[in-house]
Amino acid sequence: MATFAFLRNTWRGLTSMRTALVLLFLLALAAMPGALLPQRLTAGDKVGKYFEESPNLAPVLDRLGLFNVFGSIWFSAIYVLLFISLVGCLIPRTAEYAKQMRAKPVLTPRNLARLPHHAKSTVDSSPEDVVAAARERLRGWRTDVRVEDDGSHTISAEKGFLREAGNLVFHFALMAMLVAIAFGKMFGFEGQVIIHAGDAQGFCNSGIYAYDSFRPGLRVDGTELQPFCVRVNDFEATFLRNGQADSFHANVSYQEAADLEAGTWQQAGLQVNSPLRLAGGTVYLLGHGYSPRFTVTFPDGQKRTEATQWQTMNTVTLLSQGATKFDPPGVTDPEKRRTGQLAVTGLFAPTAAFEGTLMTSVFPDLRDPAVAVDVMRGDLGNESGKGQSIFEIDKSMVDGGRLKKVARQNLRIGEEIALDDGTKIRFDGVGRWVGVQVGYDPGRLGVLIAGVLVLLGLGASLSIKRRRVWLRATPAPEGAESARTVVEVGGLARTDQAGYGEEFTTLAADLLRPGKER
Amino acid sequence: MVNSNLSTFSDWSFNSALAIYLVVLVLHAAEYGFTRNPDRKRELVAAGGAEVAPDLGTTITQGRTLPERLGRTAVSLTVLAAVLHGVSLLLRGLATQRVPWGNMYEFGSAICLVAVVAWLVVLRKHDVRHIGAFVMLPMLLLLFVAGKLLYVEAAPLMPALRSYWITIHVSAAILASGVFLVSGVASVLYLIRLPHEADPERFAVMGPKLPAAASLDRLAYRLTVFAFPIFTFGIIAGAIWAESAWGRYWGWDPKETVSFIAWVIYAGYLHARATAGWRGSRSAWVNVLAFLTMIFNLFFVNLVTTGLHSYAGV
Repeated sequence: MATFAFLRNTWRGLTSMRTALVLLFLLALAAMPGALLPQRLTAGDKVGKYFEESPNLAPVLDRLGLFNVFGSIWFSAIYVLLFISLVGCLIPRTAEYAKQMRAKPVLTPRNLARLPHHAKSTVDSSPEDVVAAARERLRGWRTDVRVEDDGSHTISAEKGFLREAGNLVFHFALMAMLVAIAFGKMFGFEGQVIIHAGDAQGFCNSGIYAYDSFRPGLRVDGTELQPFCVRVNDFEATFLRNGQADSFHANVSYQEAADLEAGTWQQAGLQVNSPLRLAGGTVYLLGHGYSPRFTVTFPDGQKRTEATQWQTMNTVTLLSQGATKFDPPGVTDPEKRRTGQLAVTGLFAPTAAFEGTLMTSVFPDLRDPAVAVDVMRGDLGNESGKGQSIFEIDKSMVDGGRLKKVARQNLRIGEEIALDDGTKIRFDGVGRWVGVQVGYDPGRLGVLIAGVLVLLGLGASLSIKRRRVWLRATPAPEGAESARTVVEVGGLARTDQAGYGEEFTTLAADLLRPGKER
Repeated sequence: MVNSNLSTFSDWSFNSALAIYLVVLVLHAAEYGFTRNPDRKRELVAAGGAEVAPDLGTTITQGRTLPERLGRTAVSLTVLAAVLHGVSLLLRGLATQRVPWGNMYEFGSAICLVAVVAWLVVLRKHDVRHIGAFVMLPMLLLLFVAGKLLYVEAAPLMPALRSYWITIHVSAAILASGVFLVSGVASVLYLIRLPHEADPERFAVMGPKLPAAASLDRLAYRLTVFAFPIFTFGIIAGAIWAESAWGRYWGWDPKETVSFIAWVIYAGYLHARATAGWRGSRSAWVNVLAFLTMIFNLFFVNLVTTGLHSYAGV
């Protein structure tokens, strides 16, 4: 029995408005560190920087989950409790609302003069006529006509039921939204990949391995991706004179499941704000950059050409850095291969400016491209088993003396570096790459529908007023000079929002003069 | 691409509006200062028992008192300044061939215009003209910060902002923020008036002349009730835009996060007014807190943190 009382009290406490309010403020408070501290979700690199800058504080904050607020247990706990509280509040309210929908408007109070809004007059029509006219005037209201013991005719009317309906829709839609979001998070995914413009291979959504980074939903293992392929034929970026980006446009070819079987390609344009929506996911244009192309002519005359994407360092001037790596051709002996690998690493400027030999970029478009590079020779460490960044060389190989700098030079297109062993490295030209994101979220439509319902419910619950009006038409007492009827009108707004007065005044004016209405 | 003549005229128009608003502020402040203290009048009646002597010096011809004349002039000038203010935004839009809310200067300026228009609408229905200075002061501060500290030359939008959603999403944010500002002011004044009504010794200087606490509370509530659905719509429109621009409808970007917080606090305010123990000053504090969150969202998030909304910055 005590347990039951405890449970009942807990439930009552949890579902009370005060608790809900406290939980609501707690939710706002708990979200605050998500705005003040860098979050792993959106700014992983800044979290790393925070650790470097505050090595003592950061681990403590991390243990509290403050770098991943929206995935933390305490944040989830708050909104789960809030929604439980909401359910506990909504169920009885819905039942109550259903009951009210069927109920007749309440009886006319004995003394209408006590109501906040009140008006009175005397008319010539009979009580029956007054009530009939009032009923006509109150079309759209829920009305109930009664005859009282003393011969008075009354009408009680009520309007604004949609207010509570809107209120319930708003809250239920919020819950539906949470469910849709959760559904999307379970079965959706998000992946990023870089595609080279003009690359015939392109990108295919055939598995996680095809992506540069991939964030699966809880129930996604990458084996059931719906296949599609995307090729970027060309990419164009235009800039204003001050270097501000003006437009990005990629011409892409794509294949969906049916095209893959038939071997056909379809054409589309990909732009910022205008993604490519496919059944397997939506493809967004998120970034772009350059990939300088180098051709190495080895001493034996064999040539190798590579164009690896370089990483944008400055988002305004698009100064980029990277490393393009080469294996000596035709060398099968792994020992030998490890002494002859090459890497061209350094900076790329789309519009180069030099201060002595120091190169910078002054404009993001390809006006005067140049590279400032070091050529490294030796063991790149590809076989060391360690993962390697495609943007840089393995520093430990340099430190260990196994990878040595053999040249440093600035090159414009067409210029080349000659190494001591006769190897020539030519800067051929520049390619472009685009960074795309593929997003798949099956809960998206549900969230949108819920959002629209939230808005409609909110609009109804805040704009509609629940109000009541009563009218009593009493025949003049026996023996009065003329057969006149006393009409009394009373009104009450059932919501805390003021503003019923004006409507009541016009309404009462009409009701009190039933003859002049038509 | 950018018509520099038009943008120069826009700047002139803006500066003229700013100067006139300053005059309005002074006039309203004088109006408030010269308004008789209603409490003192009552005391005099009580003490003397006879009619109060006519207020020498403040009664001018046409039966209008000096404060009334000051206030009426202030309102006329407010209308003039609002027109110039609107023209400055319109010319910006024409000069750049885009909506005139593509950076923080224009965004802040547009919020101020909405606040001024909301204030003028409030004046039509409510007898609160003499508190004009309290509305003008925060509005002018915001306008000054936007126009003098965050000013940028007229320029086209960057590609990420080129979408018809900027018209929908940002205008909703502007509309809501401007109305929230006036609502916030009403709640602050309520928090001064309420203790004064309970104990006339408290806020004895400012309190007596303020409108009744109940009407300030109602004003704040009605403005928030008007702005909250617009704000909600703005957030939803933003989510739809984010879905097509950034590949997800919600990603806890700092701007999104703080908008969420502000939304939750405003929702809290609407609930608090209907919750026993929270009505009155507590809920007014919540409304003020919510508006401070909006201000925080405008300045801190755009200028200090770097998120996806940072391009809108200076």
